[in-house]
Amino acid sequence: MVESAPVIGADHALTPTLSRKRKRGDERMIPLLHIPPQALFGQLLLGLINGAFYAMLSLGLAVIFGLLNIINFAHGAQYMLGAFCAWFLLNLAGVGYWPSLVIAPIAVALFGIVLERAFLRWIYRLDHLYGLLLTFGLAIIIEGLFRQQYGSSGQPYSIPPELTGVWNLGFMFLPIYRGWVIAASAVVCFGTWFLIERTRLGAYLRAATENPVLVQAFGINVPRMVTLTYGFGVGLAALAGVLAAPIYQVSPLMGSNIIIVVFAVVVIGGMGSILGSIVSGFALGLVEGLTKVFYPEASSTVIFVVMAIVLLLKPAGLFGRAA
Amino acid sequence: MMFHRVLGLAAVGCLVAAAAQAQISDDVVKIGVLTDMSSLYADIGGKGSVVAAEMAVKDFGGKVAGKPIEVVSADHLNKPDVGANIARQWIDQDHVDAIVDVPTSSVALAVQDVTKEKDRVFLISGAASSDLTGKSCSPTGVHWTYDTYALAHGTGSALVKQGGDTWFFITADYAFGHALERDTSAVVKAAGGKVLGAVRAPLNTPDFSSFLLQAQASKAKIIGLANAGGDTINSIKQGAEFGIVQGGQRFAGLLVFISDVHSLGLQTAQGLVLTSAFYWDQNDATRAWAKRFMAETNKVPTMVQAGVYGAVTHYLKAIAAAKTDEGKAVVAKMREIPINDFMTHNGKLREDGRVMRDMYLFQVKSPAESKYPYDYYKQLAVIPADQAFRPLSESECPLVKKG
Repeated sequence: MVESAPVIGADHALTPTLSRKRKRGDERMIPLLHIPPQALFGQLLLGLINGAFYAMLSLGLAVIFGLLNIINFAHGAQYMLGAFCAWFLLNLAGVGYWPSLVIAPIAVALFGIVLERAFLRWIYRLDHLYGLLLTFGLAIIIEGLFRQQYGSSGQPYSIPPELTGVWNLGFMFLPIYRGWVIAASAVVCFGTWFLIERTRLGAYLRAATENPVLVQAFGINVPRMVTLTYGFGVGLAALAGVLAAPIYQVSPLMGSNIIIVVFAVVVIGGMGSILGSIVSGFALGLVEGLTKVFYPEASSTVIFVVMAIVLLLKPAGLFGRAA
Repeated sequence: MMFHRVLGLAAVGCLVAAAAQAQISDDVVKIGVLTDMSSLYADIGGKGSVVAAEMAVKDFGGKVAGKPIEVVSADHLNKPDVGANIARQWIDQDHVDAIVDVPTSSVALAVQDVTKEKDRVFLISGAASSDLTGKSCSPTGVHWTYDTYALAHGTGSALVKQGGDTWFFITADYAFGHALERDTSAVVKAAGGKVLGAVRAPLNTPDFSSFLLQAQASKAKIIGLANAGGDTINSIKQGAEFGIVQGGQRFAGLLVFISDVHSLGLQTAQGLVLTSAFYWDQNDATRAWAKRFMAETNKVPTMVQAGVYGAVTHYLKAIAAAKTDEGKAVVAKMREIPINDFMTHNGKLREDGRVMRDMYLFQVKSPAESKYPYDYYKQLAVIPADQAFRPLSESECPLVKKG
């Protein structure tokens, strides 16, 4: 369950092979299907943007699972709450996009902390399935309440004026907002990885997962750290929600649409591996982008095909360590 | 003496048999509203359809032919197997006599198989595929509100006339999307235009950026959206982000509902041309009905929900006239009685199950033109029934006698 350096040699062996295979495949297929390389780069860039959302969401999930041992099925609902919080802030309080980027994750994180204190802390020592069932139930309740009130079509949320417009990159027009999404997620993902892997606070967190009693004996308040970690994971989901609000509709269904894919990403990266979830998120966004060009009908299932293959070859996930 | 007694008994027996024929089965008329309550089409039909059906029953008086009327409802989750199972259970165990609404054409085709086999009435308001009155037609199927042929000939023809002669389709990858793409391609080609390509996106896709990029690369003048509900909303919203309209291309929203326009906002949706059977603000009758609907649901009614009300009312009228709820007999009566309500004027049910009604071409107003809440459409044209729907001469329905 502890995320640490991957098994020596394993990822070195795999990653170059994968990228080599992808490159070889591209060159063969381009003349075959008459797709100009420029259009392909455009699609890859779009895939990277989707990958950014997958990476951020799976990062939150990996943090929560890696450090708390809870399979947080409510993650999609918390992503939706983040988006709705931004919409509320805009329509009820006149608060714009930029402050919402800070306020919404904090608000939803507080809600997450309430959930953790009330429900989750009773089941830490139990089998993973209990956490899954409990959070799944919570997700259904939250989404059902919002759907009851707001319907399924979604609410409009416009892109902030500073980020509207497109950049002419030559091979495609990239909306500035989408470029911002890649940049923001890369920063957040790297920042989180750095926090957990390279700082003292992160070291305490990882130690607390391995041996909470000993860490508590050193005077560190482990239960509070665990609660704050859950809040942090939820806050990451909510941040992804605020980033998503201007491009996808702010709809009660947005969480359930994306959560299954995100779980597949986390499984492929290795449950509990922070680096694994980031890398898999971006990589699978690329794979999905390529599928949309060559065989779009399969674009909603290709990630699961990849997951099945990875599980057959390496059951612990690409970066995971067999427990 | 013996002979007279036997004759008397036989006569009574005949009378009883005759009376039994003109009876309502199970002493209740049960109407099942089968719809999408929780996913991307929930605002198009959903709870609003249930409310519309209940309004129709209440306005009819709650009883027909001396028997009470009950309304039940269920969520088909946009899955044909779930819908067919619910239909079967309703008919076999719960004595449901008519199934209403069913947005999502793949589910409607599956349910039509069930109602055809069991001789129950199927009042289709939400589903669009013209195959429901084509090769998959049924003697108890009533396709009430609209279909893909009407959409193609309404919106498709209008845009081709305005100069849109090259098309690229973004299609929802299931029965409805394929039917709409097929019918609209036929219209475009018949008018001398060209279809430059199509991409099939899975149903309920949140991100259309990749498909929009392909549409941009095709340089087609019109990007035809052969999808509905949440898919259409996402396509148009993300299209605005990618500067599709600024780049000179236009969106053809082949199936757009007022709930979609409300969700997109007029700033994004303005200028869209769409075909509809109903708009709440057309005349006093539609306004009065819409006001009652909005009092109960807080949402403006779509044509699907208005169609549910009309279909249920006409069905109940037919039962009252035929004095039975047996499937084929009721539908035969529905064909005899002309259809007149707040939404339909002199409509007629054809032998393939298609309701012939006038359709309307609308355009979404700009924010400046909209003066009050939900003031979204201006009417451009009326499409008379005989032009809007597939003529019987071209029908593939086995029930249509050719010659």
